[in-house]
Amino acid sequence: MKRFLSIAVASAMVAAALTGCGSNPAGGTDAPAEGAENSAAENDGAAAESGEAGSAFRIGGIGPVTGAAAVYGQAVKNAAQLAVDEINAAGGINGVQIEFNFQDDEHDAEKAVNAYNTLKDWDMQVLLGTVTSTPCTAVVEKTHEDNLFQLTPSGSAVESIQYDNAFRVCFSDPNQGTASAQYIGEHGLATKVAVIYNSSDVYSSGIYQTFAAEAGNQGLEIVSAEAFTADSNTDFSVQLQKAKDAGAELVFLPIYYTEASIILGQADKMGYAPTFFGCDGLDGILAVEDFDTALAEGVMLLTPFAADAEDELTQKFVTAYKDAYGDIPNQFAADAYDGIYAIKAAIEQAGVTPDMSASDICDALKTSMTEISIDGLTGLGMTWGADGEPNKEPKAVKITNGAYAAM
Amino acid sequence: MKKLNKTTKNNLVTYAIVIVAYLVVMLLGVSGHISSLMEGLLVPLCIYVILAVSLNLVVGILGELSLGHAGFMCVGAFAGSFFSMCTKEAMPAGLRFFLALVIGAVVAALFGILIGIPVLRLKGDYLAIVTLAFGEIIKNLMNVLYIGRDEAGFHFSMKDTLSLGLSPEGKAIINGPQGITGTPHDASFTIGILLILLTLFIVLNLIHSRDGRAIMAIRDNRIAAESIGIHVTRYKLMAFTLSASIAGVAGVLYGHNLSTLTALPKNFGYNMSIMILVFVVLGGIGNIRGSVISAVVLTLLPELLRGLSDYRMLIYAIVLIAMMLFNWSPRAVEFRERYSLKRLFGMWRNPEKQADR
Repeated sequence: MKRFLSIAVASAMVAAALTGCGSNPAGGTDAPAEGAENSAAENDGAAAESGEAGSAFRIGGIGPVTGAAAVYGQAVKNAAQLAVDEINAAGGINGVQIEFNFQDDEHDAEKAVNAYNTLKDWDMQVLLGTVTSTPCTAVVEKTHEDNLFQLTPSGSAVESIQYDNAFRVCFSDPNQGTASAQYIGEHGLATKVAVIYNSSDVYSSGIYQTFAAEAGNQGLEIVSAEAFTADSNTDFSVQLQKAKDAGAELVFLPIYYTEASIILGQADKMGYAPTFFGCDGLDGILAVEDFDTALAEGVMLLTPFAADAEDELTQKFVTAYKDAYGDIPNQFAADAYDGIYAIKAAIEQAGVTPDMSASDICDALKTSMTEISIDGLTGLGMTWGADGEPNKEPKAVKITNGAYAAM
Repeated sequence: MKKLNKTTKNNLVTYAIVIVAYLVVMLLGVSGHISSLMEGLLVPLCIYVILAVSLNLVVGILGELSLGHAGFMCVGAFAGSFFSMCTKEAMPAGLRFFLALVIGAVVAALFGILIGIPVLRLKGDYLAIVTLAFGEIIKNLMNVLYIGRDEAGFHFSMKDTLSLGLSPEGKAIINGPQGITGTPHDASFTIGILLILLTLFIVLNLIHSRDGRAIMAIRDNRIAAESIGIHVTRYKLMAFTLSASIAGVAGVLYGHNLSTLTALPKNFGYNMSIMILVFVVLGGIGNIRGSVISAVVLTLLPELLRGLSDYRMLIYAIVLIAMMLFNWSPRAVEFRERYSLKRLFGMWRNPEKQADR
């Protein structure tokens, strides 16, 4: 009898689920409506009336706001919302308001596809996402099927934008690895290089592979290449000792800042002081709690964005972001902010209107995206090629006196 | 209906639930009343149902707690996807996917035997912990495995893609932590439902067969079972391997549903194993139909809660706790027995019989 009841309850739930989602083909099912209300509320009276589909551009966002990678998704969500609010307050795109709806993917490919489908039910017209690479590769398959314009702020794997409807704001992994090797080679920073990378991470091993491939061309000698995984990321003394014994003058760290902060601390204890060189993942190292910023002195990193850069655009963004969310924005936030403005520029260039179908908009934006040039937080005069890769100058910064300084 | 005995009837109800669910979804799909979200969830639902049923075979019927189920799924997924990647151009989609499913099942079964031989000597908590470890080992192995192919044949490495030594035309198929990308999208809801029916058929028939009774005898009293000549290791291994192989099939389905397959802690780590265990426990240990239903409900729940945005995961956890309590706390069971529909119906139909109790 208990079984009977639990089955009854369960089937009632399933039935409710099916009909609840299916009953309203015209868009505007319960959940999306609520999402739109949310964003309208967050817009704080910036006149983003959430009306019928067709009266506003519907931009969707996907990224992890729960789980281990939540900090990246949250940054993208916040910054994109900030950009949307600014644009709406300034009168929108060609006088049309934007609605923004951000869905959680928990840094999981399967959940990302679910999030994408949710946004599709909401009649999304342009996608800003996804934030992380693996989910992005899964979602780009779907956007390609549906012919929907996708711009990922930070999905850096090669496959993440393998179709012509997808573009990205950040550099690709191979691009970063090659650029780092070239930068080190051209500036004569070192000849003997050690690498410590995270073999369980796509971003890190992707950069390492291309770095290793390019290093030979630049006359660099990789004297030790040691890996760690997500399960062994607390002790790096072995890797550091090997690098030291091999006589490496420069240690290349294509990893995220949490591990890097531990590496710097342990190297200091060992009395090993090579030059440390990292990629955009190191951005944020100065904000790690209980981290002695003196240890990061002299660390160089290749990043498109530094929160304390002097230019007016960055200052304005950082202040606005701080006021709104109480945090210093990281590079993901900057990518997302630029992403929204790139979409705006592309829409203006193509002259599309919100009553067009997502597929028509995609066809128009595909072309116009390669024609625009924007001055953003992550680079001046950014342009895009038909392959979706951005053309911008990689910037290297050096940490001096506890702050980033351009090199 | 009178001629059918109770178990057969019960089994038919289970099949009927699956078939009716399929027909309803298909009807909604044809009439355009199904949202994209639901459409995208259909294949994952099939995957989790298959997984829950297969784990129930180990946990419910064999009576051993296995926490490495995601590992078998992982093996199946990688084996099947690897095969599909190799034969992408050489075979028609239907045949290729069928073979991929077979290969996934066989490879997962092999791993089941390999792991089962040492592990099934243990019991209880020890077995749970060792299976947990094996699941993690499988996941980590996948993360350091590099396999590429060029005109000279296959290249293996445990280091990185550079050490594969591929010729310029060669392509890395399994790319370490980046996994397999570009698997053909062969999984569909219909295939998923067929596989669920097949799984149910195998598992339900096993339970009600001579072998199944032997397995349950081992669960209930190992010494007594041994004393009447039941080969304990053989039957244990049989249930474990079958369960692993079905999980492998679910893995193949998983690998062919998304274009990217990576062995992350999220999808093939112990979190996933525990997730599957939660399906089984909520549905009722040993209750196959319960596993089917709870897998569907718990997979749908977090997606249906998307409207709550930030509170989604919190509410999901609370609902999970409430459902567990409602289903299994002694008080709740007592309450439900007193007020269950069946009992009320029974009272109304033959009051004397109820009064006797």
